[in-house]
Amino acid sequence: MIELLAGFRDAIARLLSRVDVPLMAALTGLMAVSILVQSSAGDNALHSVLAQSARFVLGSAALLLLANTTPATLRSWTPWIYAGTLSLMPLVFIFGSGRSANLWLDLGVFYLQPGELLKLSVPMMLAWYLHREALPPSWKTLAVSAMIVGFPVLLIVKQPDFGTGMLVAASGGFALFLAGLQWRRILIAIGAAAAAIPIGYQFLMPYQKDRIMVFLNPESAPQGAGWNIIQSKIAIGSGGFSGKGWGESTQAALDFLPEHTTDFAFSVFSEEWGWLGVLLVMALYFFVIARCLWMAMQSKNTYSRLLTGTLALTFFIYIVVNGGMVAGFLPVVGVPMPLISYGGTSAVSLLAGFGLIMSAYSHRKYIGD
Amino acid sequence: MASTIKNTYFEAELFRQRAFVAMLFVTTAMAGLLFGYFNLQVLRFDEYREQADSNRVRLKPTMPARGLIFDRSGRLLTDNVSAYRLELTPEQVEDIDTTLLQLGKLVVLSKDDLRRFRRAMDSSRKFLPITVKLPLSEEEVARFSVNRFRFPGVEVVPYLTRRYLYDDLFAHVIGYVARLDQEDLKAMGDERYSVLTHTGKTGLERAYEEQLRGTIGYEEVETNARGRSLGVLKRHTSQGGTDLKLSIDTDLQKATVAAFGELTGSAVAVDPNTGGVLAMVSLPSFNTNLFVNGISTVDYTALSTDPSRPLFNRNVRGGTPPGSTIKPFVALAGLESGMRRPEDTVYSSGEFFIQGQRRGYRDSHAGGHGTVDLYASIAESVNTYYYRLAMDMGITKFDTYMRRYGFGQPTGIDLIGEIPGTLPSPEWKRKRFNQPWYLGETVIAGIGQGYWVVTPLQLAQGTASLANGGRRIPLRLVQATRTGLNQAWQPLPAPPSTSIGATAAQLQAIRTGMEATMHTRKGTGWMIALGSPYRIAGKTGTVQKISRRGSVSMDPRSLPLHLRHQALFIGYAPAENPTIAVVVVVEHGGYGASTAGPIARKMLDAYLLPKSEAVVPEKPND
Repeated sequence: MIELLAGFRDAIARLLSRVDVPLMAALTGLMAVSILVQSSAGDNALHSVLAQSARFVLGSAALLLLANTTPATLRSWTPWIYAGTLSLMPLVFIFGSGRSANLWLDLGVFYLQPGELLKLSVPMMLAWYLHREALPPSWKTLAVSAMIVGFPVLLIVKQPDFGTGMLVAASGGFALFLAGLQWRRILIAIGAAAAAIPIGYQFLMPYQKDRIMVFLNPESAPQGAGWNIIQSKIAIGSGGFSGKGWGESTQAALDFLPEHTTDFAFSVFSEEWGWLGVLLVMALYFFVIARCLWMAMQSKNTYSRLLTGTLALTFFIYIVVNGGMVAGFLPVVGVPMPLISYGGTSAVSLLAGFGLIMSAYSHRKYIGD
Repeated sequence: MASTIKNTYFEAELFRQRAFVAMLFVTTAMAGLLFGYFNLQVLRFDEYREQADSNRVRLKPTMPARGLIFDRSGRLLTDNVSAYRLELTPEQVEDIDTTLLQLGKLVVLSKDDLRRFRRAMDSSRKFLPITVKLPLSEEEVARFSVNRFRFPGVEVVPYLTRRYLYDDLFAHVIGYVARLDQEDLKAMGDERYSVLTHTGKTGLERAYEEQLRGTIGYEEVETNARGRSLGVLKRHTSQGGTDLKLSIDTDLQKATVAAFGELTGSAVAVDPNTGGVLAMVSLPSFNTNLFVNGISTVDYTALSTDPSRPLFNRNVRGGTPPGSTIKPFVALAGLESGMRRPEDTVYSSGEFFIQGQRRGYRDSHAGGHGTVDLYASIAESVNTYYYRLAMDMGITKFDTYMRRYGFGQPTGIDLIGEIPGTLPSPEWKRKRFNQPWYLGETVIAGIGQGYWVVTPLQLAQGTASLANGGRRIPLRLVQATRTGLNQAWQPLPAPPSTSIGATAAQLQAIRTGMEATMHTRKGTGWMIALGSPYRIAGKTGTVQKISRRGSVSMDPRSLPLHLRHQALFIGYAPAENPTIAVVVVVEHGGYGASTAGPIARKMLDAYLLPKSEAVVPEKPND
């Protein structure tokens, strides 16, 4: 009996030994912040807290599992994972459900958002491909990379989920950047993207055009999206230096703030905890990103390095886009504040991503072929 | 593999450089973000605190006026009248129990009101107002207004309430609206609808809910710190609901109800050419106004436990075996299938036997009708003719034709919950009872007995097909809609009709038989049509309680009590150029010819004769 328990304890210890303690501590801090926000902002606070906690448990399990899988195994599975997640996308168009966009597959138990899985599988596939090629990438490598990223992005934007598509596209850019893409080519790419903006604008959905117009002039639509931004700014600004205190968000309670558990959760947090709270959360986020990039540098093989670096920088984009959006610095894009906003697949896939990163780091001596 | 040799040390170094650049970028961006928040939260704090404190402009949804309902001649049937309700916003009230107690001294709060309030409070959001009572009497409004200062968070709110001008006349046509509950709100899928206090629950009010409801508007309302509104800054007007114009003829509807007297049952009159429903009555009825602002428990219990079932819409949800009224359709199937010609005769001895079986199937006369052709078989309602015809056709072929005439499926009327009825078939019986089909059941299906279930609407649709030259036409209550008082009525597109497949000659034979029913001395409807200035085509029917005839393998318990012993009549007039088709079903009504027929005659008179003759009140002659 005692031996059995001891064996069990050893197994747990082995599993946990793959977890990077400083990174996990920072992530736990962010999850705690999320629970704090959900418990204060929700109308069905208890339900939100329980649901979000369940997702964190599920996500942490995925993290633990992936951290204990060797990068070699992950890498050999990568093309299959990529193909598998990509093939889920057409199902969304056929069976998908969602209020304004077909983003979710109803799995009976919970809704699966295949776009979220692509946030992991696309960087994995790109790292897998670049791992095999000589770096910095040649024009041919660049073209293949563009296809690996472009196809899923097209499908996601078509759903339409502009926010996720943008994040996946950005992850592709980061991977190439970290792979050492020449500065000259980077400048050319940025120039081309800038030139494409007016053309791309034609293809945006009417609601997306509205959002951009609203961003440029919030007063133009005081009841619609503009209202949200105005109210969100009032929430943040009135939080002041030290905040109104937990559960004291008048903006959310009086229903001025829409979506105050999901996309605008960070406004409520800012209102209740003030700039000090924002500083603390940003410090946690900064630590997570810096730690991941440092962990990436320790890796001996290109796959692990690129995957870790790409995921870390994508995580950063989440923060900037959502943090900028709720404060009115950027247009409204449906991107959640990572780990803090209420959301199913997002929280799970983010934690799974950190599982990949921890796997790479804890097996960093592995060189690869 | 690659064009150049892979240099892992170089790649690692390259990554290090890029990671540093990225880190620089991340640091800059996050510092920028932090500065942005610092600007909002610290440098511009006073400005935003001011805005949050004075953030009293709230978007207040405004309720659109619900669409009005008119009859075919533009007579108003349903409208909205202004009323007042008492609302309480839980968030703004410190002690809800005490407040309710105090309010109870100013306005009458019934147990139902309080229970409803508690339930709403449990499930709705704290900052949304909840109705305490509606409607308030003028006296209550006055009393509360004087004491208003004592009740922060409680307000008297004007609203429009539904009024049914004819109380119980259209209960099973228009239906009623009632208080919106949380399930309704969930079904609407939009929280903004919580401003609506009422929603259509039955009848046209439910079927046309979305059109009648209209679009919600917004007011930007300035409120004080406690949320009480101080004034409207800007209005985004709501779009009132769509008005409905029905094909219903109110005079005919009234005449139909009057013709029933104390009897219970249902009647439908339709325009056979358009499918427009002219009258639709299900009796007993109830006063729909009772439901609008919350029916009291006492009233509701009385209605829902009444054995004559006033809440039950007999036309849409009530089924009955068609009895002999199915015979014209069976005869038509005989002609269409080529198994009978009109002149083919059958000998009726008074009892029909299946070869090798002892049990007989009876005619209505003990001695039989002698030798009859198709015309006489309809006029005299000769069972033997139809026993034999159904047996010759077989149940499968029989069902194919009956389905084509519209039986066993909804008519597609613009109401919700229409039942399809039952077309007796071996498959249906196996599924329902897991029993085999017997030949005797085919035989009794021929006279509309046994497992048959038809709705009055199906019979009306079928009768209309005979009258209009063989088109099965979906029935419609709403004829036209308009989006505002100053707008023109837009006729609704005529729903597509399908051919039942019969030729003009075949239909004419049936129509001749149905005219003979009413206008020859031997016809079962002779007494009904006596003295009529126009010609009627019709068919009577009686569904016996539990009769020996045709009950070979029938389980008596398969028929619910209210279906037993019904008197039926179907018909149309004027026979040569029909403008109205009617169906009458009288429960516990004796014979079709003696109770259902005279009601139908009064309906036809009311519709076809000049008003002065029709409105003379008559005693129902039995």
